[in-house]
Amino acid sequence: MDIQGIHAILVERFGAAVVGNEPFKAIDPWIQVSANSIVDVCTFLRDDPRLQFNHLNDLCGVDYLEPDPKKAAKFGHEPHIEVVYHLSSLKLRHLLKVKVVVPRWRNDVAGQLPVVPSVSAVWGIANWHEREAYDLVGIDFEGHPNLRRILCPEDWVGHALRKDYDFPLEYHGVRGR
Amino acid sequence: MSLQVEDPRIVEFDVQTDEMLVNMGPQHPSTHGVLRLLLRTDGEIVHECTPHIGYLHRCAEKIGEHLSPPQYIPYTDRMDYLAAMNMNLGFSLAVEKLIGMEVPEKAIHLRVLIAEIGRIASHLVGMGTYGLDLGTFSPFLYAFREREIILDLFEEACGARLTYSYLTIGGATHDLPDEIEMPDGLAALIGKHKGERLPFLDVIEIFLQWLELRIKEYHTLLTRNMIFISRTAGLGVLSPELAVSYGCTGPVLRGSCVDFDLRRDGEPIYTRMYKGYDFEVPVAPFKEAPREVIVGDNWCRFYVRMMEVVQAIRLVRQAIPKYKASTGSYREPFKLNAKLPRDEVYLETEAPRGQMGFYVVGNGEGNPLRLRAKSSCFCNVSVTDQICQGVPLADIPAIVGSLDIVMGEIDR
Repeated sequence: MDIQGIHAILVERFGAAVVGNEPFKAIDPWIQVSANSIVDVCTFLRDDPRLQFNHLNDLCGVDYLEPDPKKAAKFGHEPHIEVVYHLSSLKLRHLLKVKVVVPRWRNDVAGQLPVVPSVSAVWGIANWHEREAYDLVGIDFEGHPNLRRILCPEDWVGHALRKDYDFPLEYHGVRGR
Repeated sequence: MSLQVEDPRIVEFDVQTDEMLVNMGPQHPSTHGVLRLLLRTDGEIVHECTPHIGYLHRCAEKIGEHLSPPQYIPYTDRMDYLAAMNMNLGFSLAVEKLIGMEVPEKAIHLRVLIAEIGRIASHLVGMGTYGLDLGTFSPFLYAFREREIILDLFEEACGARLTYSYLTIGGATHDLPDEIEMPDGLAALIGKHKGERLPFLDVIEIFLQWLELRIKEYHTLLTRNMIFISRTAGLGVLSPELAVSYGCTGPVLRGSCVDFDLRRDGEPIYTRMYKGYDFEVPVAPFKEAPREVIVGDNWCRFYVRMMEVVQAIRLVRQAIPKYKASTGSYREPFKLNAKLPRDEVYLETEAPRGQMGFYVVGNGEGNPLRLRAKSSCFCNVSVTDQICQGVPLADIPAIVGSLDIVMGEIDR
């Protein structure tokens, strides 16, 4: 099914919680979903017989920020974080990209991670992908059974894929740069 | 005289039945690199198996944000270093999809040829090291004898033996060589042509003819070996539902009876490469399987890989005449400092270990805003806990080995 059809089904079911980036001119068009309803939308996408998105290909976070003030004017995006879900259906052979947009910090207080509900109950692999997104991008997945760092050590400070991340000068006596 | 015990509970308390935490790795040889497994065992039986990863993490995604796509190609080599050609191909295709580049016909056939030889080389290591995990040394030596010749051929094509950076954006860095000196290893194995100069494609054909006969020997050594069957059949059974939910791909998914291969079912930019090629996708259950085998067990995953080698040989055979007949350049030029459009693409390709995905976000600059590498082994290893419950400790290497993981790709 193409993106217009999927978008129509979702709008009919969830109304204003689902926004498409119409007229879907991007190479991989996507559908934007509000953070509160992402679990319901994902469960529906997986279980609906017309859609059957049973496979979560990828889940990752993207930090939109230009830390260099000289380049900020050309950057073209408001600072925000996107969580991108790439879904596919192994039966019906179609693809879908779903996005959730959240602020970089919760309540604009630096250090408070933005909250997105966890979809680890919908797809098993989301558990590890969300741990990685938490580790590297710094997103708090609410309802995750085991939200720990996965690639970096447990006592690591900061989230490396944030654009304003400071590389540490040393880690346990090992020089960083 | 019978033994009299006053209080029967005393005997019970003599036996220690506490649960024990056993640490396996990260230096354990059968975990294929630096994977650490934390096992909760009751005697011999494992109740919980928690994988700990990240020992090889170098944040390749962050590095990608500071480099232009052609500069990033060598970093993709170091992800799955056993199938570096397929990693190069996956990343190149993702960038080509982003900038809307059409690759010349000659480059397409060159890529199929190289990627499928890379698949053979990767599965040979998978087979050899799996034998090593199960305690037999000889298949490993045979597999590396064959792989060595593939590395010789790749060395003639691009100059490197492990990290090739050969397939690049727009095609390949060089055309295939016309004539090469017969590699000494191959000449010694077939007993002729030593020191002669032969066309490159003829050398590949000579090698494939020789390799085809060896596959029968591998089946005798491993697949039909009674000890091998009793160590693999019925163990580590992964149901299709679990495999799909945990995002397993590649031979792990097809070993669980899910018929999905991106070379056939993928996105048009990728399936276009394999248009006109005739090949089958091996999927469990197999008619020729021994009767102990259950769909989705270690044996099925192993056998899918063995069958994929046969299909890869078929594909290479078809690619040779197509490459010879095709005209045009082996490469579409791409500037090192070319600006990426403000758009984003996600593309998965069928690497030997599963679906390797690259997500590239461009923002009108030379460097991507975000570069995400979705690893197939990352998803495959996450299912370990589910399939390792209730098996004896000695079977853990057999199950983890059957997933055929490469830590360089998991940790990125």
